[in-house]
Amino acid sequence: MNDTSPPKRTHYLNAQHTVGSWLFTLDHKRIGLLYLATILLFFLLGGIAAMLFRVELMTPDPTYMESETYNRLFTMHGITMIFFFLIPSIPAVLGNFLLPLMLGTKDLAFPRLNLASWYVFTFGGLLGLGSIIFGGVDTGWTFYTPYSSTYANSNVILAALGIFIAGFGSIMTGINFIVTIHKMRAPGLTWFRLPLFIWAHYATSIIIVLGTPVIAITILLVAIERLFQIGIFDPALGGDPVLFQHLFWFYSHPAVYIMILPGMGVISEIIACFSRKRIFGYKVVALSSLAIAILGFFVWGHHMFVSSQSMYAGMIFSILSFLVAIPSAIKVFNWTATLYGGAIKLDTPMLYALGFIGLFTVGGLTGLFLASMAINVHVHDTYFVVAHFHYVMVGGMVMAFFGGLHFWWPKMTGRHFSELFGRIGAVTIFIGFNLTFFPQFIVGYLGMPRRYHVYPEEFQFLQVMSTGGSAVLALGYLVMAGYLLHSLVLGKKASSNPWRAVGLEWTTPSPPPTENFTTEPYVDYEAYDYTREEVYRDDADEVKGA
Amino acid sequence: MSSSTHISSLKSYLNVFWTLMALTLLTVVVAFFDLGPFNIIVAVSIASVKAYVVILYFMHVKYSNHIIWLTVAAGFIWFVLMLGLTIADYATREWIPYPEAW
Amino acid sequence: MAADQHSPHLAHHFDSMEQQQESSSLGMWLFLAQEVMFFGGLFVAYAVYRFKYPEAFAVASSHLSLGWGAFNTVVLICSSLTMALAVRAGQLGDKRGIIRYLLATIFLASVFLGVKGVEYTEKYNDGLMPGPAFEYTPDFDRYTVPVTAETAPPNFVGNVQLFFSFYFVMTGLHALHMVIGIGLMIWLIVKALRDRFSKEYFTPIEMTGLYWHFVDIVWIFLFPLVYLVWRH
Ligand SMILES: [Cu+2]
Repeated sequence: MNDTSPPKRTHYLNAQHTVGSWLFTLDHKRIGLLYLATILLFFLLGGIAAMLFRVELMTPDPTYMESETYNRLFTMHGITMIFFFLIPSIPAVLGNFLLPLMLGTKDLAFPRLNLASWYVFTFGGLLGLGSIIFGGVDTGWTFYTPYSSTYANSNVILAALGIFIAGFGSIMTGINFIVTIHKMRAPGLTWFRLPLFIWAHYATSIIIVLGTPVIAITILLVAIERLFQIGIFDPALGGDPVLFQHLFWFYSHPAVYIMILPGMGVISEIIACFSRKRIFGYKVVALSSLAIAILGFFVWGHHMFVSSQSMYAGMIFSILSFLVAIPSAIKVFNWTATLYGGAIKLDTPMLYALGFIGLFTVGGLTGLFLASMAINVHVHDTYFVVAHFHYVMVGGMVMAFFGGLHFWWPKMTGRHFSELFGRIGAVTIFIGFNLTFFPQFIVGYLGMPRRYHVYPEEFQFLQVMSTGGSAVLALGYLVMAGYLLHSLVLGKKASSNPWRAVGLEWTTPSPPPTENFTTEPYVDYEAYDYTREEVYRDDADEVKGA
Repeated sequence: MSSSTHISSLKSYLNVFWTLMALTLLTVVVAFFDLGPFNIIVAVSIASVKAYVVILYFMHVKYSNHIIWLTVAAGFIWFVLMLGLTIADYATREWIPYPEAW
Repeated sequence: MAADQHSPHLAHHFDSMEQQQESSSLGMWLFLAQEVMFFGGLFVAYAVYRFKYPEAFAVASSHLSLGWGAFNTVVLICSSLTMALAVRAGQLGDKRGIIRYLLATIFLASVFLGVKGVEYTEKYNDGLMPGPAFEYTPDFDRYTVPVTAETAPPNFVGNVQLFFSFYFVMTGLHALHMVIGIGLMIWLIVKALRDRFSKEYFTPIEMTGLYWHFVDIVWIFLFPLVYLVWRH
């Protein structure tokens, strides 16, 4: 059949070429790519900031930067990584791209709102960037009052407005997802036939819609207080700085689940595909996403055990924090049960998924240490906490994000990346990550507080190890950037379903046409039905067969 | 029947309007009586009834499907839980017994 | 519904007008749930301080004008009624009704904002604007609230200012929402004049209506919480 070269197929990438066709696109796939470019820029910035202060931390004394600079760098790292990279990472990029494809529809319910969300997010990001360019922020990403509202001599207002505005971009995405999942599923696609990726995004969107407005008003209050000196959290007027912490963590703890739930969705897809099995206990895993979303809202006080919060409130928050570990543990157990007896293939996405399971488990279990009130007093605000949340956010979410990016890369770009370099990158990242963050558990347990520029000499060995690890980690990311960029131009053309995965997104050509599907999809099978070969057909098979 | 196809009569809107007016008058009048801690409870209850009436009739939730009900309920319940757990901290801070009490 | 396929208002990614309308409606309600939590954060902060400083908040509240507050409550409920009637006119495909009721709503909203302006000016002239310009000397003999110079908490004046900080932020954000609402209604009137609405398609009016009623509900809570703290 190869004697006549097939006519060039029109798809969403080559349908139009002008810059305007990208900047004013209403196509969810293109908007997903716009988000991808934007957040990778922020990932790079946050990563550079981290490398700079990691190098400084190799010596116990100040070497090449002032404490002021150090404070600005870790704040920049935190703000860009959390608000401008992690929170939009999977939902706004992979979610945007995949939600309509997985649901078998042409687009999200509100395409204009979707494009607007990217502009709003980017504008917020630029303000955040501006705050860094014009001298930086030194409050840490948490903006604790009264330092942020009264004393800090840095661009708090600009950064606060940036986060406030970017938050509305995220709310727009959340609303769009919920409506799309409710109203636009393909015929036959019932709730319990939905991929777990969709369930995870549904749960995430609930958190976004109900949580983000609270950080918006809180950060706005800080900005207003600074601007007009009206003292909402100012103890001089009877204001209560701890109230800020309540409102801040009401969003920012659930925000951890905004960051991890979509990652869990990605992992479910990858694990099922590369063990050729239906996810063990599908329904329970689906509902555990909702349980996490709901329970996760009512545990925020575990950040405030030593803040003069009432001990009794602390006890309630501690118990609830232990409860929220149950649905997370259910997911981990069910993934391992899925692996059991599966036909496992260790392709690049699967390496990331397995890395996720291990690292997330470490991160999650150390979270339980922090949720018990007595241990919390000992390790509060130490490197132990830093290591804990990096295991969840980098070991969890970033691994899942890159795993997902590799998994759907052929679908998004129509090209294959180099599998060999993919595996090398994944292993390098895994080793570098553990080398960076595991020593931090020890150094924190030994008593080194976070956010300090100088430290006693006895911690130097572990700190140097951590910095060395971060270089390996950075190398892993660079390798990845290299082969992914290479694949864009020279990668092998991808067929519709190169991984032989089950899911509507794999039934349409790679890259998909602008309207997503050539024929209207109809679903008459369960999610992850790897028992029926006709469900995971690839268009390359048909060419061979003919 | 969906929320946008149900057309309420002019009279029913006016009934809602007068109910809201009466409740406004009531809340002002009640405020002039000293009910101790019940002042705030009564004021918030009356406001809640007014809000409920507006949501039900002016915003047509009475004729909407269950997912709209669920959204309204979620907004309300989440707010109450945020308030409740925050106040739980402030209300119990003084509970810790001081050594003087021994 | 075959007729739907020809409706010029049906976006290409929806199958039917009904699906499109239900999506808009759910989207709007989710937005309002978001708004509840946005104002909710403010209400929680207000509640905490009122719980901590009951005397100061009672005293501060009695400096607000009950008359203007009650008047504005009535005005806003009237505007909710006219808004509901505008949506009803939309359902009936009554173009003149839509425009008439929207104009009435805009008029009432402007009255509300005008009164708010008068109140803000009064507070400013009395030195009750929070911030560096705040100036307040307690007059314990005149208070109906049972608080004396001896029993007053140490930071009484600061706590009074805290009340006014919340008064201005809460009513200010509420007023900002009203200004946005007025903008939306002007846009609706322009659309109505261009005959963009029909019995089959009036979703923008319906959505703006939901938004407007929400703004009304915020005030329904603000009025007793801010104006009626201590009136006996
Ligand atoms: Cu937390």
